[in-house]
Amino acid sequence: MLDLAIANLLSPIVLSFVLGVGAALARSDLSVPEAVAKGISIYLLFAIGFKGGASLTKHGIDLTLGLSLLAGVILSFGLPLLGFALLRVLSGISRTDAAAVAGHYGSISIVTFVAGTSVLADAGIASEGYMVAVAAAMEAPAILSALWLISRGSDVAEMSSDLWREILLNGSIVLLLGSFAIGMATGAEGMSRIESFIVSPFQGVLCLFLLDMGLIAGRGLRQADVLDRGAIAFGLIMPLLGAATGLIAALLVGLSVGGTTLLMTLAASASYIAVPAAMRVAVPQANPSIYLTLSLAVTFPFNLVIGLPIYLTVAKSVIGS
Amino acid sequence: MQTHDAKRVEITIEKVMLRRLTGALESADVTGWSVLPVLGGSGRSGTWNRDDQISRGTGLVQVVCLIRPDKLDALLDAAFEVVDRHIGVVSVTNAQVLRAERF
Repeated sequence: MLDLAIANLLSPIVLSFVLGVGAALARSDLSVPEAVAKGISIYLLFAIGFKGGASLTKHGIDLTLGLSLLAGVILSFGLPLLGFALLRVLSGISRTDAAAVAGHYGSISIVTFVAGTSVLADAGIASEGYMVAVAAAMEAPAILSALWLISRGSDVAEMSSDLWREILLNGSIVLLLGSFAIGMATGAEGMSRIESFIVSPFQGVLCLFLLDMGLIAGRGLRQADVLDRGAIAFGLIMPLLGAATGLIAALLVGLSVGGTTLLMTLAASASYIAVPAAMRVAVPQANPSIYLTLSLAVTFPFNLVIGLPIYLTVAKSVIGS
Repeated sequence: MQTHDAKRVEITIEKVMLRRLTGALESADVTGWSVLPVLGGSGRSGTWNRDDQISRGTGLVQVVCLIRPDKLDALLDAAFEVVDRHIGVVSVTNAQVLRAERF
């Protein structure tokens, strides 16, 4: 466990993230241009989706795929309820803010997922290719749970068809599922054609993306005074609870060590792209500083630096035994 | 040079609300506007900078319309329905335009 933690801490992706955080905290003018960051995120989503689809053709489709998708959807619906209850106990933030935060913790961070696949690759552990589809399936249900929690209070949440179209067809989901479908359709033949583009440069590009994430997280940390101690504790405890529920789900479904690690990672991660945008539209009265700072500046670094080695170690010890 | 009275309406709004706002403007028979990016700023919700926005969709944009004065009330009613509960600023200034038939 300690060896894995040290290896993770000294990996290029974590060190790139640390560099970004340090530069932001030191108020350096280092920045990644917006268009570059967007291009990198498109590359990463395409690569991870394609690789997942191509891997699926190698391993074939079985009942576990459907069960994994179902488990992901149930986790995404359920985790906000757990998060909401925990946050109400730990922190003094309002019911609306607590529900909005909880929604973020039911949804997923695709960058944490990508970092998880990178940790697995470094450890030489394979995973089910369809975990990419599980990630996509977990994006939206949590938003519904959060809006339900808000509507049970005195606040109003917009739930129009336009909003649902935007959530379900947001660029990340379309690209992830689209590239997954291309990977499935073209299989090993397609992979061999573009392997030099989506496999070899992947880790280096991920480093640059995590440098940008570090810069943003570091700037977010400078605003951490919007959070009380209970909320910060929530940002550190909730990923562990999420990972534990992910582990239970993975055991029920029968996933491999790699798949279990990824499902734990997905359940532990918090959204900072799809859910914030949905919350701004549906619940503008919720404070974005709280939910963005928690998911991006507290939980994301925790998962990247500490969480991933824990999830892999636990998965290996439980599934491997 | 002959100039004509017009109203310049500037609506600063969250990027995620842009499509809803332009839809409301169309429904108020406003056919021309420009969308400008906002790089950063400070207001009741604190200081923010476009570089700090991970989702690239949570920043602000500004919608600028130049309209005939008689269209102003309809535009403001339509815009208010969108911006009412959201972060944003709506301002109206008097302007002079050439070629009044274009507005």
